[in-house]
Amino acid sequence: MQTAKHSTPLPREGQGGGVAFKYFPHTADDIQQMLDVIGVRSLDDLYAEIPEEIKLHRELDLPSEKSEEEVRSIIQGLAAQNKPLVCFAGAGSYDHYTPSVVPFLASRSEFSTSYTPYQAEISQGTLQYIFEYQSLMANLTGMDISNASMYDGSTATAEAMLMCVAAAKKRNRVLISATMQPAVLAVVRTYAKFHGVDLVEVPEKDGVMDKDAAREQIEKDDVAGLIVCQPNRYGLIEDFTGLADLCHEHKALLAVNTMASALAVLKTPGEWGADIACGEAQSLGIPMGYGGPYIGYLCTKEALVRKMPGRLVGATTDADGRRTFVLTMQAREQHIRREKATSNICTAQGFMCLYVACYLSLMGPKGMHEVNEQSYASAHYLHDELLKTGKFEEVFPGSFLNEFTLRVKGDAHKLREALAEEGYLLGVPTLFKENCLTIASTERRTKQEIDNMVECIKR
Amino acid sequence: MAKVIEGLYYAESHEYVRVEGEYGYIGITDYAQDQLGNVVYVDMPEVDDEVTAGEEFGAVESVKAASDLFSPVSGTVVEVNEALEDEPELINKDAFENWIIKVQLSDKSELDNLMDAQAYEAICK
Amino acid sequence: MNRTYYGKLIFELSKQGRVGYSLPKNEFEGYSLVELDATLSRQTELSLPECDELTVVRHYTNMSNNNFGVDTGFYPLGSCTMKYNPKLNEEVCQLPGFNLHPMTPAKYAQGSLKLYDEVQKTLAEIAGLSRFTLNPYAGAHGELTGLMVIRSYHISRGDTLRTKIIVPDSAHGTNPASAAVCGLQIVEVKSLADGTVDVEALKPLLGPDIAGMMMTNPNTLGLFEKQIPEIARLVHECGGLMYYDGANLNPMLGVCRPGDMGFDVMHINLHKTFSTPHGGGGPGSGPVGVRKGLEQFLPNPQVRLTPNPSLVERGADTSAYELHCETTPLSTREGQGVSPYVSFFLGNFGIIIRAYAYLLSLGKENIPMAGKLSVLNANYIKESLRSHYKLPIDTVCKHEFVFDGLLEEYGGDHHDPEHVTTLDVAKRLLDYGFHAPTIYFPLLFHEALMIEPTETESKETLDDFIAVMKRIAEEAKTNPQLLKTAPHDTPVRRMDDVKAVKEPHFTYYK
Repeated sequence: MQTAKHSTPLPREGQGGGVAFKYFPHTADDIQQMLDVIGVRSLDDLYAEIPEEIKLHRELDLPSEKSEEEVRSIIQGLAAQNKPLVCFAGAGSYDHYTPSVVPFLASRSEFSTSYTPYQAEISQGTLQYIFEYQSLMANLTGMDISNASMYDGSTATAEAMLMCVAAAKKRNRVLISATMQPAVLAVVRTYAKFHGVDLVEVPEKDGVMDKDAAREQIEKDDVAGLIVCQPNRYGLIEDFTGLADLCHEHKALLAVNTMASALAVLKTPGEWGADIACGEAQSLGIPMGYGGPYIGYLCTKEALVRKMPGRLVGATTDADGRRTFVLTMQAREQHIRREKATSNICTAQGFMCLYVACYLSLMGPKGMHEVNEQSYASAHYLHDELLKTGKFEEVFPGSFLNEFTLRVKGDAHKLREALAEEGYLLGVPTLFKENCLTIASTERRTKQEIDNMVECIKR
Repeated sequence: MAKVIEGLYYAESHEYVRVEGEYGYIGITDYAQDQLGNVVYVDMPEVDDEVTAGEEFGAVESVKAASDLFSPVSGTVVEVNEALEDEPELINKDAFENWIIKVQLSDKSELDNLMDAQAYEAICK
Repeated sequence: MNRTYYGKLIFELSKQGRVGYSLPKNEFEGYSLVELDATLSRQTELSLPECDELTVVRHYTNMSNNNFGVDTGFYPLGSCTMKYNPKLNEEVCQLPGFNLHPMTPAKYAQGSLKLYDEVQKTLAEIAGLSRFTLNPYAGAHGELTGLMVIRSYHISRGDTLRTKIIVPDSAHGTNPASAAVCGLQIVEVKSLADGTVDVEALKPLLGPDIAGMMMTNPNTLGLFEKQIPEIARLVHECGGLMYYDGANLNPMLGVCRPGDMGFDVMHINLHKTFSTPHGGGGPGSGPVGVRKGLEQFLPNPQVRLTPNPSLVERGADTSAYELHCETTPLSTREGQGVSPYVSFFLGNFGIIIRAYAYLLSLGKENIPMAGKLSVLNANYIKESLRSHYKLPIDTVCKHEFVFDGLLEEYGGDHHDPEHVTTLDVAKRLLDYGFHAPTIYFPLLFHEALMIEPTETESKETLDDFIAVMKRIAEEAKTNPQLLKTAPHDTPVRRMDDVKAVKEPHFTYYK
């Protein structure tokens, strides 16, 4: 511990005096006048009560301040050290088209620089787009209600697990399909371990969840919920027929994790009879951005609203009788219920609700169908072209949407590396399946890109 | 000033018990409902659930607060006031008339640990 | 903020047949979704709005006019650190080079990985700790992650009985909530009359079942916990670890570091201390830092700088950043390990880029100045308004402080059922173009009004705010009804909160 006293140097003299830094408005006079009002002599005197032995007494070991141009240049330099590849990977993050209007509207700082809308009278903008987001997600998933976002698809699924346990009161076992996206499964497992949930994986059979194995577990009558995945970690579309009835007969909840964009064309969690719909909504116009910010969604039936984590916006009226929006059902939340809250979440991904609401408003039903149609077509074309090279083979039977798994006849790792050198990101290595790649395509991939990559593979 | 009724047993956590034979009707006091404001939801246990003196058995929710309910006595829930499911605001209208659960008392001596009306009135001041 | 009410919903602007997107012509003939089995296909109608581009642009632009942000006006919201969000940050995070798929091999993501590591190292220096993970998405998520680290540490030593965590009664609600999600039982420790932890009340709580203690310092009243070295010593002595809730880190920057105070694990809210926008409720970022010896318990994936022979050709620097995963750091006696993951990938990366721009801009000179000026601003408001508002704890505060409502002579006597409440004052402030302070928190006072001005506000802004607060106090004395019915000059008036709960409408459809 150093004992020499390190005091704040007097504010540096800039052109107008004061601290002369663009984010601090204080002139030297301002500081002096304010210190006089407070009745202390220096800024350091404001810290007089802190024991000297725990104060720093030295400068932070960090670089000196940088000008705007310097900061821009440093960060541009870092961006230039990356090499974005033509993306044929998915696994929870998809390279979809974002209409230019979306980032444009999202740049309005009336939205981005606001806090959680507790003061509803001056936050109708935020409240309204969250209400729209909730409405849109409820419709997409076929559920009654949606909350105002979760951090991402993986934590949304972990919260769905906690919801199952909370709703069941006396049961602590939750089943999860082994075909869940690996990144999601890893997070759910972590939450289960620490919260003390008995999480049991239902094994897979031919690349989909073994429904008989699930039935066997559920019939033990001690299961709080079952969580399944659509499309699954291999890209396969699973058939959940009968699962909801089975769960409900045995007083368990069914939660379905679906990649959000696919909800426009695949049978919805609501149609499957699920109690909870959860997942990642990055596919709704949010850039891949090296993993975030994304937005997790969580939708449920109205009867489960008090078990739901996160913020919720509701419609009401103001003193003049106008339709207005407020944060509601707050008695579930941490700032009121503390350790009894449904979750610890407060700040979530609120702003990304605006992304999703703008995106879906622009795309509409026709656009969402078209995106899926084109993604389907391009992924199926790619699938067939890869097989035609003779260097791949099928692994699973079954339908897929825009993501599929193939086995490389040879070293998948080497092939993926070689293609990366050519500028292509061919899928992700399939966990626990030797030499397999799980490959995705979207409406952004052109036939030319696919043909060029396939040419590289043939070589 | 909040109403306090003679003949009931009161807990420091603002629940009351009205004893009728081997049964006790448990609710929150007028003072408690007044502090909470508009009650919008009552989270109740199920019939046949066991409650234990001093332990939580549910919660009362207003718009911006939620208050856990602690059972003043031990026993088995024989009835819950279903009217509160649709009209939780009945608690604001008359907290003593609108009890929350009816419990078969397992140990009447626990009543000795509770306050009478006079003692309870004193702590509400 | 007197702006015209705009209450339309996008659904009400929809007209069948309109579109707001354009996609290229489908190049892939012979493949169509109609091939998909009907039992796997959506059957119910997709009721999304159908709008042209301009309709959407006007809709959200009009909506933004009904919103208040830091760019609109002063936001003295206690415990939220609503400082200015620099625009350079917004620019650089959009650079196309950062738009990578998360499974891009590390070799092609060196710039992003380096940025992550630079931020990690900078935070470690500021915090006085060894290493940070930037994966947690928000403050509460950071708390959960940090508590996982604490539990992992105990379990790894076979010390499985430590299942309780001590939390002061004045703590943020997220502390006990995060502990509950992490499977810990909460033991509350009382505050003294001045709002700081009662060390004597703490002592009997300490024992072999205590995993640790969560504190924020300065605490939620804006007071520095002077007993912190003693508290840390006591908790460590009983075998527990100290957790620092970084929500109130701003005033401590460069003056006194959590690591030097005796904390072992902490989170930082980048959206508070390091200027990234709050976004109306996220995305935030809640990096978690640990003392030396606890690094292996941080969640995966971790970014590591390792020598990489494949990059030798680039010159002398043979190191490269890699993604590292601790396999089973949590093995218990029973042998049940788990590889901890709390996020899809490396957290809210876009937010991390913004924070890096801020840290670079400020540098070692201005980071401490940010803290000091935030303390100056808070004390200036406190001293200027104590003539009108009740100051329950009269001492130098740090970045924020709490009033307990109006003074009695201004109608603030809370024993009087007709008194002017903190809510009334807060709502009236909106009429004058200021955001309200945090109200009714902490719970130690009846009429808590918690003010945090931050360092980016000028003396002129503070003087305006002070004048308005005094004027409101005068109004409370002469015309209390004006406050009770406020706000009057906002796009909408007070809402029926009861109706929102009792006649719930959470979607447009029902």
